[in-house]
Amino acid sequence: MKHPIELWVYLSASPLLWLTLTLFAWILATTISVRLKRHPLANPVLITIAVLSTTLWLFDVPYETFFEGAQFIHFLLGPATVAIAIPLYRQWQKVRQALIPMAAALVVGSFSAVLSIVLMGKWVGLSQDVLVSFLPKSATAGVAMAISSSLGGNPSLTAVLVVLTGIVGALVVTPLMNAMRIKDYAARGFAVGLTSHGIGTARAFDVDETAGLFAGIAMALNAIATSLIVPLLVRLVL
Amino acid sequence: MIKGIALLLLFQLLGESIVFTTGLPLPGPVVGLVLLFVAMQACKMLGLGLFAEAETAADGFLANLGLLFVPAGVGIVALWSQLQSQAGAILMVLVASAVLTLAITVWTFVIVRRFVGRE
Repeated sequence: MKHPIELWVYLSASPLLWLTLTLFAWILATTISVRLKRHPLANPVLITIAVLSTTLWLFDVPYETFFEGAQFIHFLLGPATVAIAIPLYRQWQKVRQALIPMAAALVVGSFSAVLSIVLMGKWVGLSQDVLVSFLPKSATAGVAMAISSSLGGNPSLTAVLVVLTGIVGALVVTPLMNAMRIKDYAARGFAVGLTSHGIGTARAFDVDETAGLFAGIAMALNAIATSLIVPLLVRLVL
Repeated sequence: MIKGIALLLLFQLLGESIVFTTGLPLPGPVVGLVLLFVAMQACKMLGLGLFAEAETAADGFLANLGLLFVPAGVGIVALWSQLQSQAGAILMVLVASAVLTLAITVWTFVIVRRFVGRE
């Protein structure tokens, strides 16, 4: 018979424990979110990250050990990006009908997302490496990390900033749009998908189906737009 | 389901291969996205239903998209000691940029739609 401490030492170093824990933390978080009627503050991504970060901190587990298990989930960001082709294909008729407002909002929005970081980041004096890692933060994680590492940024930092941007956008979109008296759910969805990628899209689907659809389209289009705009701006401005 | 996942991975693989060989300034999965979209449109025109299972797999991924951001998000634990000194400034820029981008994007969409609708 082995001591329970030995079991903990064995399990806490294995990918199995952290993968299982991540999935259950997510199930718990989505249950809480549904119970609280999808209140913006009960964001499932935020809850899951908070639960797991606290656990790692309490038991003094290094992030690398956690990631050994969580990497299997992280890997799926690639195929999930490809998967955005499906809603785009299914809703192509709706996309074509709103083609001009979407194209305009895409170009203006994508430039605002990147330029606001360049200007404000320089103003508050962020270091160069933080700035480069910051620029693609409105693109979905897999894409943003690829852009960041190709320009000499830190992809891990980019990932954290992408997730934070997602959560902030998902939290503020409903009160902000209500305050601005925007009732067009296609426009609301498009804005949150462009700003806050998958996390914003998940939020939009909770609120309204049309909003979710346009958020998904905006996320797909902004993944492409950001990969074109960021390298260009880095060459021109930084 | 397995065929669906295999198809999504195949298009990512094609995307990554194209980016690697041509040096295109786009991430591999984004090129995969565009290729899959084009392939699905082509199949529709030819009356082929090759991508039904890819749709099932994609729905599964997109329904739990938030989960996929969790491993990267927990990375804040590892980066905290490095970021602590700039954390306030970073958070301020991040929130301001998100609010600004939301507002500018929604305004552009609504105004252009109204303008185009009037024509």
